[in-house]
Amino acid sequence: MIKHLHKPAPITKKYFTPGVILISLIALNGLVFLLGRFIFGIGAVTNLNDQYPWGIWIGLDVGAGGALAAGGFTTAALGHIMHRDKYETIIRPALLTAMLGYTFVAVGVFTDIGRWYNIWHPLIMWNGNSALFEVGICVMFYLTVLYIEFLPIVTERFMGKVNLPGILSRLNKPIDRLLHTLDRGLDRTMFIFIIAGVVLSCLHQSSLGTLMVVSGPKMHPLWQTPVLPLLFLLSAIAVGFPMVIMESLTASHSFGLKPEKEVLTSLSKFVAPLLSIYLLGKISDMFIRKTFVYLYEFNTISILFGIEVIIGVIIPLRMFLSKAVRESTTGLYIASMLVIFGVLMNRFNNFVTAYNPPYALEPYVPSIGEISVTLGFVAIEILLYRLFVKIFPVISLPVEKVNFKTKYAIRRNSK
Amino acid sequence: MAQNRRDFLKTLATIGVSTGAISAVTPQVAKAGPTNILSDNRMGVLVDATVCIGCRKCEWACQGAHDKVQQDFIEYENNDVFKKARRPDTNNLTVVNKYDSELLGSETIKLQCMHCDHPACVSACIVGALSKEENGSVIWDTDKCIGCRYCMVACPFQVPALEYYKALDPKIVKCDFCFERTKEGNLPACVEICPVEALTYGKREDLLIEAKKRIKNHSEKYFNYIYGEHEVGGTAWLYLSDKELAGEVFPKLGNDPAPGVSESIQHGLFAYFVPPVALYALLGGIMWLSKDKDKSEEKL
Repeated sequence: MIKHLHKPAPITKKYFTPGVILISLIALNGLVFLLGRFIFGIGAVTNLNDQYPWGIWIGLDVGAGGALAAGGFTTAALGHIMHRDKYETIIRPALLTAMLGYTFVAVGVFTDIGRWYNIWHPLIMWNGNSALFEVGICVMFYLTVLYIEFLPIVTERFMGKVNLPGILSRLNKPIDRLLHTLDRGLDRTMFIFIIAGVVLSCLHQSSLGTLMVVSGPKMHPLWQTPVLPLLFLLSAIAVGFPMVIMESLTASHSFGLKPEKEVLTSLSKFVAPLLSIYLLGKISDMFIRKTFVYLYEFNTISILFGIEVIIGVIIPLRMFLSKAVRESTTGLYIASMLVIFGVLMNRFNNFVTAYNPPYALEPYVPSIGEISVTLGFVAIEILLYRLFVKIFPVISLPVEKVNFKTKYAIRRNSK
Repeated sequence: MAQNRRDFLKTLATIGVSTGAISAVTPQVAKAGPTNILSDNRMGVLVDATVCIGCRKCEWACQGAHDKVQQDFIEYENNDVFKKARRPDTNNLTVVNKYDSELLGSETIKLQCMHCDHPACVSACIVGALSKEENGSVIWDTDKCIGCRYCMVACPFQVPALEYYKALDPKIVKCDFCFERTKEGNLPACVEICPVEALTYGKREDLLIEAKKRIKNHSEKYFNYIYGEHEVGGTAWLYLSDKELAGEVFPKLGNDPAPGVSESIQHGLFAYFVPPVALYALLGGIMWLSKDKDKSEEKL
């Protein structure tokens, strides 16, 4: 069975295109406001105040950012834990996205907290009652695990190729030896980190949901429910594969590669069942708590809820059920985008729309500065992704030779 | 194969045992959260809104006691501030608002941190910087604080404030029940200065008895309810008024402690680390089994 052989390799296409320059400008704009935040304080750049302590930096950068990086642990579970070999090609891109995504979750937290120089405090100052503590600890550990999971790709890239210039060339040999040792060690122990990555993801994805539970009646009943952690976990699992599909299609389009349609189509079969479980959870919670009464009131809140559920869940669910959609690149792209939009919307609604403080003077609307920083972070992530796939063997390219076993995680090739 | 199955199993078992051992030790550590004492002798303040004349001397005294910016003493007699409802903020840990009601006339009411018996902020704080002390006050350790503002998200009364316009060292600010003053045997600054004794400082249980006595003796004067007796599990500050305060002055809240649901979820997910360890073992099992399956497929 020699067909569709792919091997991860660095992309050779040039870095800057008009699109990339535009994205760089968005990134730059974000950095300007970010500088403003660190020089003049949170109040100068954001619309946050004593009524609305959390805005889109928590809702989108942290809440949605964490969920949209879920492709990393869902594909790791599918490819490495369940050993579905055919999905091997998508694991590395998903891992890279998760690594960058979570790095920027951490950067987002760092930007948002007032006393950023104390960000390490949760490591030694524990409060087991706090959902935020659990999110913080799990994200820190998971980020470490993601970096470890990425290390084999780094060793693969540089093993036997270490060639430092000038006086540093003396270090070539020791570094190469270090890489070899690292590679061997990681190879034996990687499964520990892979399982840990999935466990840590499940834990903090659900705890992100627990976050808002403590705000009690300040949160609109359409979203405030004790099963929030479950809904957050289910939606994160459901958005993982659509995120991978969207990225894979975007990357192949951008680099002029043939879309890995066969893999993506078979991956997309998982989406509808996962989305249905999430939708079932959400709808039954609504009926058990009888919150549908709030939908009869026609206002911003009910409209935003409607958009989240209908456009973000029900329509893409229907699309992923259709074979025609799953087998068309455009169909897959649109359906995946809708799921991503739905989860983005859900996190925004949970952290921003639903939050209704008792003495709010005026509603919170994110400031230009907040939006700029959030978009800037996304832009930087895209730029880094592009840079990484040019340096490291992440995206799989077709190869002629048969011997293709990728060297990542548990190696199953016989020696 | 880089690693045979026995090795795999062995490593997995080692992890299982060591995680088990760690989790056997950690519960005590994990529960080592912030100080959260619910003493029988905790103090409180009874606010009798029917007595309050809205002189705002409490605001002045509070600012003085906490090194905040004070206006001229005479400025506090200016009633223009009553035109809009204010909230406690970074310079005013307590504010007096005037509420006009067509039915019952106007009334001035002092607002500040309620010092809950089961504080949501103490439960929420990521680093356990907030604490409920033996004397009933809810205070915090600024050196621990990371400025995440989760306490503000959690507070059912929307009390904590942050110094948003400071780039370095922004602090969470709220009423600290004059912790430093009461420690030395002094009254809280606001209670001490109140010229009409609208504020009574004392043991919370004694204050409840006193409040009930006042309602009983002057049923024509009071609305028959002590706000704070049961709200979110009870608060140190208790309010008597001639009208219903819940809804207009204070939020309508249930009687269950505010952090109750979130804490039980949190402890359910991490009950002695059993769920995470079980999930780890389950995934390890699946990994091992499917590895086997995979190999047989490869042979085909």
